[in-house]
Amino acid sequence: MRRMEYRFKIPIPESEIRKLKIGDIAYVTGTMVTARDQAHRRALALHKEGKPIPIDLKGGVVFHCGPVVKKKDGEWEMVAAGPTTSTRMELFQAEFIEAFRPSIIVGKGGMGPRTAEAMKKFGAVYCDFTGGAAVLAAKAVERVKGVEWFELGIPEAMWVLEVKDFGPLLVTIDSHGNSHHAKIAKDVEANRPKVYSMLGISK
Amino acid sequence: MVDAKIVEDLAVDLLRLAVIELPKDVKEALERAKGQETSEIAKANLNAILENIRLAESMKRPVCQDTGLMVFFLDVGYDFGSVKGIPEAIAKGTRRATEEIPLRPNAVHPISRKNSGDNTGSYVPIINWSHMEGDYLEITAFPKGGGSENMTFFSMVKPGEGMAGIKRFVIDSVISSGGQPCPPTIIGVGIGGTADLAVKLAKRSLLRPMGQRHGDPEIAKLEEELLKAINSTGIGPMGLGGAITSLDVRADYAHCHTASLPVAVNTQCWAARRATARLYKDGRVEILSHRR
Repeated sequence: MRRMEYRFKIPIPESEIRKLKIGDIAYVTGTMVTARDQAHRRALALHKEGKPIPIDLKGGVVFHCGPVVKKKDGEWEMVAAGPTTSTRMELFQAEFIEAFRPSIIVGKGGMGPRTAEAMKKFGAVYCDFTGGAAVLAAKAVERVKGVEWFELGIPEAMWVLEVKDFGPLLVTIDSHGNSHHAKIAKDVEANRPKVYSMLGISK
Repeated sequence: MVDAKIVEDLAVDLLRLAVIELPKDVKEALERAKGQETSEIAKANLNAILENIRLAESMKRPVCQDTGLMVFFLDVGYDFGSVKGIPEAIAKGTRRATEEIPLRPNAVHPISRKNSGDNTGSYVPIINWSHMEGDYLEITAFPKGGGSENMTFFSMVKPGEGMAGIKRFVIDSVISSGGQPCPPTIIGVGIGGTADLAVKLAKRSLLRPMGQRHGDPEIAKLEEELLKAINSTGIGPMGLGGAITSLDVRADYAHCHTASLPVAVNTQCWAARRATARLYKDGRVEILSHRR
């Protein structure tokens, strides 16, 4: 199957997101935010209390990332900004998508069936950015627009970033219930007996 | 006694070297992995990794944003002399490195999750002491990323299961890790000892150069067999599918209680950062890990 390449401006309408299939590549331009465990937890707690979060995430891009930053002449600068392991956010992601309706979640390592289900229901996708490729990622950040919840610490704060052609983002969970990660996990499971027998392990 | 300022400066230099420039053996192994991959996605990821390594070096930036929890290995020669003040100097160097390089402040209180802001805290930086012949001190900075450290596994295997039990535990650990520890990984395996020693042996194995087999032929054979088997799982770079899941497997063993067979797996991501220097009694410093 031919892989398609898309370039999006944030916010991204649901109709565009629905076009994406696993294996496609996306690049995004505009304002996006970072969020890890603590930011997800806080955003959901505020939502539960009926309070707003500092940034409207509808159609937005959420990056599972805790960056290395440097303050120069009073301005924050992105030094290194690769993705963190997304499975930790599985605890929050489905509720987060329902509450804030982002269009793309970027991370590494994939996410589980609850997230995939929420993505199908609300029209969002999950993309992998190469884990650890932190300088490559930081190069796409044109400006740090701000930082929210700084008291959570540099890695866990919500960084608001102006990005240009941030990518390549590989679509690995689409909004139609397909997951590249689930497919690989199935392949690996199918290989397990072969791997055991290579090592002389009986089942 | 060596001046504490020399140790402090050395800690900063080693952390800088470790987080910015991967050792040559690691870079070469990643290049080889790229040559062995056939899947388009796997090759694209290895290309991104290699391009990122080059960019980090040329821009003098940390190769990964997770600059790790600060771990040091200190091997002290019996004739080196006093080590008074060295842990404090290393902690001071860690604080300076966090500011100067910069590093990401990663050390948080385990319960409140409050970040100390300077990569130090209770027992951190972690210093692993050991002793050896010689009149010098070898310091290795080993900043350890959270994503790969989270993929640590321990089992009290039944002695009756023997070698098959060890192998099964390692393979099951690698499969359950999937793409989470940023493969291609290096897998450290600790066999025997007490529980804590098994984990320590697994971690310490990660310091060995790429492809250096254990001195015991049986352990060396185990390393090779496990590597081949892991690379037949299909997990691949970043867990997105492919031929190269691990760059190396390194095992070590200790004698253990007749009733026990402890086995530990400690995972290292592709950004296998380490920097080692030898510090002589007279204050001379020689960098060992990054010879050019």
